[in-house]
Amino acid sequence: MLDDFFIRALFAGIGVALVTGPLGCFVVWRRLSYFGDTLAHSALLGVTLAYSLEFNIALSVFIISALIALILINLQKRTNLPGDALLGLLAHSSLAVGLVVIGFLSFIRFDVMGLLFGDILAVNVNDIIIIWIGGAIILLVLKFIWKSLFASTVNYELAEAEGLDPDKAKAIFTILMAAIIAISIKMVGLLLITGMLIIPAAMARNISNSPQQMVLFSVIGGLLSVIIGLFTSLEFNTASGPSIIAASLFLFILSLLKIKQSIKLKN
Amino acid sequence: MGLENKILVKLKSAGFRLNDKWLVQGVSLQVEKGKIVTLIGPNGSGKSTTAKIALGIYKKIDGEVEKYTNKIGYVPQKISIDWTLPLRVKDFMSLTENLEDKTISEALSLTGVIHLKDKNLGDLSGGEFQRVLLSRAISKKPELLVLDEPVQGVDFTGEIALYELIKKISEDLNCGILLISHDLHTVMSATDHVVCLNGHVCCSGSPIDVAKNREYKALFGEQASQTLSIYEHKHDHIHTSEGKIKKN
Repeated sequence: MLDDFFIRALFAGIGVALVTGPLGCFVVWRRLSYFGDTLAHSALLGVTLAYSLEFNIALSVFIISALIALILINLQKRTNLPGDALLGLLAHSSLAVGLVVIGFLSFIRFDVMGLLFGDILAVNVNDIIIIWIGGAIILLVLKFIWKSLFASTVNYELAEAEGLDPDKAKAIFTILMAAIIAISIKMVGLLLITGMLIIPAAMARNISNSPQQMVLFSVIGGLLSVIIGLFTSLEFNTASGPSIIAASLFLFILSLLKIKQSIKLKN
Repeated sequence: MGLENKILVKLKSAGFRLNDKWLVQGVSLQVEKGKIVTLIGPNGSGKSTTAKIALGIYKKIDGEVEKYTNKIGYVPQKISIDWTLPLRVKDFMSLTENLEDKTISEALSLTGVIHLKDKNLGDLSGGEFQRVLLSRAISKKPELLVLDEPVQGVDFTGEIALYELIKKISEDLNCGILLISHDLHTVMSATDHVVCLNGHVCCSGSPIDVAKNREYKALFGEQASQTLSIYEHKHDHIHTSEGKIKKN
């Protein structure tokens, strides 16, 4: 039968999917997938610092990711390097520094694979509480900045001219990205978090024709991916993160079939 | 000052510099309730820049901008919309302010594009999109409308109808309009105040005054003002390249 650890993982996964759905839509709309990757890579440094200082992992990851986001914004202003180069620079250097720090922490046993790809066995009740409370806060804040963020995603100048505050919304959204990575790192693993954000949203884009619809489908897609992924993980003893992402890929492929159909109908 | 001519936005010798090059400088103007102020001038003369200064899109500016309203509708000259967004016309209509479905329909009917309400924004033609942009700007019943070439790409008969609509809106809503237009006929017939720009304010005043102005003629040619060219004033400066001004 279903074991305790599995129920815990399911609870945690559902909590994560409810938040990555709407956030992922913005990642797709604003073309932030590499930005998400960079923050996720930097999370490794956050985790190692948490271990070495005996600090809460989610909080530590959140702080480091937010810090990396700040550094990125600063570098964008100071240098003439293109955005993708800066993202790569920060992603790989923070990953490298994180791994080097792990090397120094030889006295602690590290499950590096679990960090990279997620580990459902590691999810405890504390993590679930962090995911659900953190997730609720993220969604509340997102609802609060939604109008400004969405309008400026469509067109910055319209939003700015008509009394909204796009710059503030963007800054807050960056913090939300750091927060979602912090709460979902144990479930999905840092190499695959961006996949959890992008793939359900991309699937939703294929089958929706309004922003609200896309958010809804993205949430549903994320939930299905978590449920299918976790059951597969239990059945075949595969790592949880990759199983969830593979499930979302499967849904994405299904959504492509729908596009093909509607193109046929048009002709 | 009565309520009739409440000032909505006021520029006091405002200017904007991008990479050490002045796009426009020393612009003073004001838009009052119920009045249409039109900016004219050749390409690159700073018309759109002036509009963006007035709207607060450009923040690091020279001089001062005083805004007395937050109910603003804006039709930008260039708009690039990212098609990674699934966006229908009716979603776009309530982009910056939530509107009732009825309000959206009314606004779309005014510009003659009600049939496009459920269409995807990416499927519209240039002229159709322009009409939707104008609908969106007026739908929230703004106090100040900033229209940067609002009828570009619209067919000839539509153009006349839309300018009539703009004039009507300014009367119905009693809102102030800052209009940028290339159509001098329209400008001269439907405007209360004209500001002629060429990197700075060349001349300004009522349409008749401006048409008589020598700088205006220098910019737009003799034909543009042939109807009313009785009065001429002495042109006290000439324009060199990069918008610099040389006194005679």
